[in-house]
Amino acid sequence: MAHIVVDELCKSFRIARRRVGLTGALVSVLRREHQQIDALAGVSFEIERGELVGYIGPNGAGKSTTVKVLAGILVPSSGRCEVDGRVPWRQRVAHVRHIGVVFGQRTQLWWDLPVIESFELLRDIYRVPTAVYRRMRDELVATLDLEPLLDVPVRQLSLGQRMRCDLAAALLHEPGVLFLDEPTIGLDAASKVAVRAFIRKINAERGVTVILTTHDMDDIEALCTRVMVIGNGNVLCDGTLEELRRRVTRERHLIVDLAEADGWCGDTSLGEVIEHEGGRVRLAFDPQTTPPAELIARVTARHAVRDLFVENPPIEQVISRLYEGVGA
Amino acid sequence: MINAYRAVLTLRFREVLQYRAAAWAGVFTQVVFGFIILMALKAFYGSSEAAPPLGVTQLIAYIWLGQAMFSLMPWNVDRDVQAMIRTGAVAYELARPIDTYSLWFCRTMGWRLAAVSLRALPLLVLVGLVFPWVGMSAWALPGPASWASLLAFVAAIVVAVLLAVTITMLMHVVMLWTLDAEGITRVAPAIVMLGAGMIIPLPLFPDAVQPLLAALPFRGLLDVPVRLYSGHIPVAEAAGHLALGLAWVVALVVLGRWMMARGLRQVVVQGG
Repeated sequence: MAHIVVDELCKSFRIARRRVGLTGALVSVLRREHQQIDALAGVSFEIERGELVGYIGPNGAGKSTTVKVLAGILVPSSGRCEVDGRVPWRQRVAHVRHIGVVFGQRTQLWWDLPVIESFELLRDIYRVPTAVYRRMRDELVATLDLEPLLDVPVRQLSLGQRMRCDLAAALLHEPGVLFLDEPTIGLDAASKVAVRAFIRKINAERGVTVILTTHDMDDIEALCTRVMVIGNGNVLCDGTLEELRRRVTRERHLIVDLAEADGWCGDTSLGEVIEHEGGRVRLAFDPQTTPPAELIARVTARHAVRDLFVENPPIEQVISRLYEGVGA
Repeated sequence: MINAYRAVLTLRFREVLQYRAAAWAGVFTQVVFGFIILMALKAFYGSSEAAPPLGVTQLIAYIWLGQAMFSLMPWNVDRDVQAMIRTGAVAYELARPIDTYSLWFCRTMGWRLAAVSLRALPLLVLVGLVFPWVGMSAWALPGPASWASLLAFVAAIVVAVLLAVTITMLMHVVMLWTLDAEGITRVAPAIVMLGAGMIIPLPLFPDAVQPLLAALPFRGLLDVPVRLYSGHIPVAEAAGHLALGLAWVVALVVLGRWMMARGLRQVVVQGG
């Protein structure tokens, strides 16, 4: 059986609707109107052991809600969900012993105390045998370069340092699954690279199943073999990044660097110009109707070209088109 | 498992111990308050013909021990717990293989014990040792009525700590709905401080309200221990008072657990 099975998962919240303005506020005091929000409206997927899956979608699409259900924090309204054969919210304690979570916007470390104290507390909470704890701690400290941080109170750490410590904290008890909710949010470029390298490493070397939610498409491109896109509480798309791209658009881009800055002929039969800046022209074309070689031949026949290359549209564009498709 | 609970308790204890400046400011406040209440009550005593229900020595013990235990009173919430609930970091607590009520119970106890130790120890040294030494014996904390009274006092303090933690836990659990401590920390002090005897010693209240005060859990926070100390409650009656306090502890734990189970089921976990 798959490591994680989610079947027709639904979660709705009832929230009080606020009326606008002062009169509205007064009316709300007397009579509350409630509104049902379907955060998840029948989400289904399966994840095999050792997969590294990107779980993406616009804000409010239901990403975090899914993660919270999988982590045993939220009870769904209906549907089935099993991790390692356990139902997260029903066998919560047994379940959470085998998972690790990181919520990028929050820390699980004790604010006023040195990092190492939080690690030791987690050792006690998860009842990690001393030998295992020492081995995991030393390994994590070495890979994430935490040695100089261990005795520093958490409040004095930079965001990047804190995230590295949070990642270590989530793995001390050797979980089989790791849920990462926006682990690179707010990090600088160097920290992002370090976090990604670490995620790839633990997935490859320890076989940890990773579910990663993010808004950073570089995370997805760098890490994920499989991407699930969620919108309006449904899975819109599930597959490799390539499949995702193909599904949304077959479009490819030809980037042409002209020898003369304003030498573009303006012929629309060559393809749609989506960017024209200085000597650089970006043409969109469909490789099925216009073979790239032919297009290149036509372009070079009419222009003095310094350089040219073919590229996929940036993943951000692909994703945002997918989001637009569902009106999210 | 016991290790985890002990670790949470001591971690929180040590974390709060870092706030030493706040503690010194607290000691100063408590001394000033103690003097104000004592002077006011002594003035009342002087103008009254009838024998007061609490002797002057017992009154002084009541006030100073009360001031020493100020930070034990469950009138506020742990700001870390509040922040956790408001920011949604509470999600981490729920993702631990451990009972959340017990986890927070230990954390709350560590916080209360640290806060009260920081204020009580310097204050007791000041009013118990320094005052007699500098010739202020009339204002100094008297010794316990007897060794047995002292023992009963210590036992009652244990009950008081448990009561303080279970009541604070109720306030923490209520925040799962309100997300904010603003409302509850306005209502709680009035009830808790009055009911415990922090504002006016309970024996000085009219006879009509005595049965009510005796039935409520709040007197176990302060009134019972300090009157055992001064012998105003005879040691022979200690067991009954302590049993009532413990019964309240059990009831409050049951209520707190029930509310927490409900609160966590409906929790939305703020943000993201």
